[in-house]
Amino acid sequence: MKSAKKVTLIAMVGVSVVMSPGVHAASVPDEKVATLRQAPINVEPTPPAMQRVSNTDIKQVRNYPMQPPVIPHKIDGYQLDLKVNKCMSCHARKRTGESQAPMVSVTHYMDRENNFLATLSPRRYFCTQCHVPQLEAKLLVENDFVDMDHLIAPKTKAEH
Amino acid sequence: MKMNRREFMKANAAMTAATVAGLALPTAASNLITSSEQTKLEWNKAPCRFCGTGCSVIVGTRDGKVVATHGDAKSEVNRGLNCIKGYFLSKIMYGKDRLQVPMLRMTNGQYDKHGEFTPVSWDTAFDTMAEKWKKTIKEKGPTAVGMFGSGQWTVWEGYAASKLMKAGFGSNNIDPNARHCMASAVGGFMRTFGIDEPMGCYDDMEAADAFVLWGSNMAEMHPILWTRVTDRRLSAPHVKVAVLSTFEHRSFDLADLPIVFTPQTDLAMLNFIANYIIQNDKVNWDFVNKHVNFRKGETDIGYGLRASHPLQQKAKNVKTAGDSTPIDFEAFKAFVADYDVVSVSKLSGVPEHKLIELAELYADPDRKVTSFWTMGFNQHTRGVWCNNLIYNIHLLVGKISTPGNSPFSLTGQPSACGTAREVGTFSHRLPADLVVNNPEHRKIAETIWRIPDGIIPPKPGYHAVEQNRRLKDGDLNVYWVQVNNNMQAGPNINEEGLPGYRNPENFIVVSDAYPTVTTQAADLILPTAMWVEKEGAYGNAERRTQFWHQMVSAPGESHSDLWQLVEFSKRFTTDEVWPEAVLAQNPQYKGKTLFEVLYQNGNVDKFPLEQVDPKYLNDEAAHFGFYLQKGLFEEYATFGRGHGHDLADFDTYHQVHGLRWPVVNGQETKWRFREGSDPYVKVGSGFEFYGKPDGKAVIFALPYEPAAESPDEEYDIWLSTGRVLEHWHSGSMTQRVPELYRAFPDAVCFMHPDDAKKRGLRRGDEVKVISRRGEIKTRVETRGRNKPPIGLVFVPWFDASQLINKVTLDATDPLSKQTDFKKCAVKVVKA
Repeated sequence: MKSAKKVTLIAMVGVSVVMSPGVHAASVPDEKVATLRQAPINVEPTPPAMQRVSNTDIKQVRNYPMQPPVIPHKIDGYQLDLKVNKCMSCHARKRTGESQAPMVSVTHYMDRENNFLATLSPRRYFCTQCHVPQLEAKLLVENDFVDMDHLIAPKTKAEH
Repeated sequence: MKMNRREFMKANAAMTAATVAGLALPTAASNLITSSEQTKLEWNKAPCRFCGTGCSVIVGTRDGKVVATHGDAKSEVNRGLNCIKGYFLSKIMYGKDRLQVPMLRMTNGQYDKHGEFTPVSWDTAFDTMAEKWKKTIKEKGPTAVGMFGSGQWTVWEGYAASKLMKAGFGSNNIDPNARHCMASAVGGFMRTFGIDEPMGCYDDMEAADAFVLWGSNMAEMHPILWTRVTDRRLSAPHVKVAVLSTFEHRSFDLADLPIVFTPQTDLAMLNFIANYIIQNDKVNWDFVNKHVNFRKGETDIGYGLRASHPLQQKAKNVKTAGDSTPIDFEAFKAFVADYDVVSVSKLSGVPEHKLIELAELYADPDRKVTSFWTMGFNQHTRGVWCNNLIYNIHLLVGKISTPGNSPFSLTGQPSACGTAREVGTFSHRLPADLVVNNPEHRKIAETIWRIPDGIIPPKPGYHAVEQNRRLKDGDLNVYWVQVNNNMQAGPNINEEGLPGYRNPENFIVVSDAYPTVTTQAADLILPTAMWVEKEGAYGNAERRTQFWHQMVSAPGESHSDLWQLVEFSKRFTTDEVWPEAVLAQNPQYKGKTLFEVLYQNGNVDKFPLEQVDPKYLNDEAAHFGFYLQKGLFEEYATFGRGHGHDLADFDTYHQVHGLRWPVVNGQETKWRFREGSDPYVKVGSGFEFYGKPDGKAVIFALPYEPAAESPDEEYDIWLSTGRVLEHWHSGSMTQRVPELYRAFPDAVCFMHPDDAKKRGLRRGDEVKVISRRGEIKTRVETRGRNKPPIGLVFVPWFDASQLINKVTLDATDPLSKQTDFKKCAVKVVKA
């Protein structure tokens, strides 16, 4: 099943070359057009095996400072409801000494009017609305997003 | 990164030592750039590209690229917050496989329905299209021409499209994908209040004492509104949250009153609550006597299937489905009396005490209650009824149009309200709630548009589901799809959608930023600019209109939908598309291009290029030579100004963080229909539902009727489809953002562990989900965020490799023509 996805990826790269601006290269058969499918519409592809959750505890670099960090560990079975917020048992300010987990951002102590509260702001209570674990899934399509540092860096060199 | 913190520090020690010793390091080795000139980003506001919440985001650009986004602290909607999708907006335009050039199916250099997609120029693309359009109109007339648009069109794109179809080609066969998501809500508003869209606003959330979710998983689908509900619930302990659904989902995490009910029985529960209010003498008589009429609606109205379907033939009142007759309160009381707690509990599977607790939230005169609903109500073969019935309850107790008392229909798309509904891109609508089958309304539109009488056809066109059926039947032959992925989103694609698109008689054009399964089924693919690659406007669920500027250029040869529509109009003259008789009476239009009569009509081209803010790009204005967006918006706004749909002037919206219409004398309106809050309400009336001629809203007597298809011996389990938090709709944007993809890469079939066991299945097993119409392969998930009861499975539809809409049924609400994606019968077997 994994290999099926790999084939897909290779085909996808091929398509993206074809579609580069100004390049009027070979044509693409319809079953190769939809990069997220890579199969005729009337055929049922085999679904990939369920992927494991990445559980390395290693931080991922953020794409930009305001991006909510992804969760580098499993959260299976974590209780997160009216009664309990399991995430805060490690990430609350008072618990970080013991857990060595990062404290939730200071913004999480602010209410709608940006006043600081003594504890986690209720509007930030459900952590998984912004923070998500990552499965060890191979990407179907790469992303060309450019980190702002790349845009700043070359100029810096040129000017000095 | 394999180093631990100590190792990392050691490796960096050399640099630290050098700094301490006062040595000059080469700049590249320094880890900080402090010159503000070099680190400066350009920041501008834009509404989020995804759901109907309409969060405002601040977009950071640098050197022609979006490099960051964050929640807009000045926006009242989200006050600095975004959900996981919103926080990753920066990356949605940068999937490696962006479409860059038009591609036409060709063999040996010629168009061929069975050919391979071949890059062509825009000229070839439009020439081929125009030839097909002209031939079709000549041979079969304008009803063979169709367009399928979107609640993701910007306001002016939807408006330009509507004009091109209705005033240009003389065809009402234009419908938005909002038909799949909001049509029942529209039907409910028009039937109960005579005017579309919610009376309340998001401020209700900080004022309510109780929230009731009727078929809405806000925690995942409207996460930022959910932060406001959560904030209210956790800050004010007296507040209660009731969550109703056919399966347990994330919104249940906040529920004081969790209710899982048997599909379709929401109709009975709604009537039970009305009955409970009456039986316990909790009717707000002052309100009801002054502001409400009672009517009884037609029943046994069928299921919006093909006329040949046995269920349609069995139904008695298909033709008169929308009819109703006046009744009095006593008749209504007698009608709902059948819905007692014992029988409704039995039907719905909900314990009696829970039903009473729920009813009491509405009945208690001291509790302000806000009801939310989305697809659970709207994607329902009795969706308009559901909408009518929830208004019944709020009207009976007079809990409406005051802060915290709010029956609130949430929308799924960023401009389902702003574009699809307000602009009226439906097959039966015109701007500002006008309809094509009303001669006075057509006259208003033809006057504003400066076109002759008799151009807009009086007969409503084909709605979304009908379009696929007509494509299959060969009645609709040239078809243009913009900003949506209907081959993945539409129902029953095996029997209707796919045969329709691939019908050899048809020519299908799909405009998109990315290659989707809909482009795969197309004949011509047009690469399209998206979001901040163009100037835009969206209208959210609380009537808030929000603008944004073009901030970056689109890749390759991509153009916006607006550019495509207006440029295509240049290829037609009135003689080719308008009726001869009309032209004979109005010879001044003869020989003019559609571009000239629709977009160079003195309104749309009124604002010169100089009015475009030079700080921003505007590819369309530069191309056409005038401020196209402003001209379209100002012409469109004439429809609603002075008629309860007032919009502010164009330039204002670029300054503010959105305004809620009607905007009268520069003031937005938070609560409609209440004196003192809504300028349209007459002094001394208290409340006025001015959409109706007598200013009164309607309470409807409507029964429970069964679903179109229920589980039986062979297809023994309910299927509900829907979304997940991390992906928006068909995933064409979010599946291309690595972090969102990895959060939920593949669809699964959520199933109760006992149901899995009964079928010999374990978590992760490959299964087939099979209906009478088609099947998909997926994997069983018995844990995770959705916990269906025994007898129901949930499969999300974001995954292009698992097209669950091969399985769904194209049964629709006969009134709204919206599909019920939440109920059909399937079997699940090991693959």
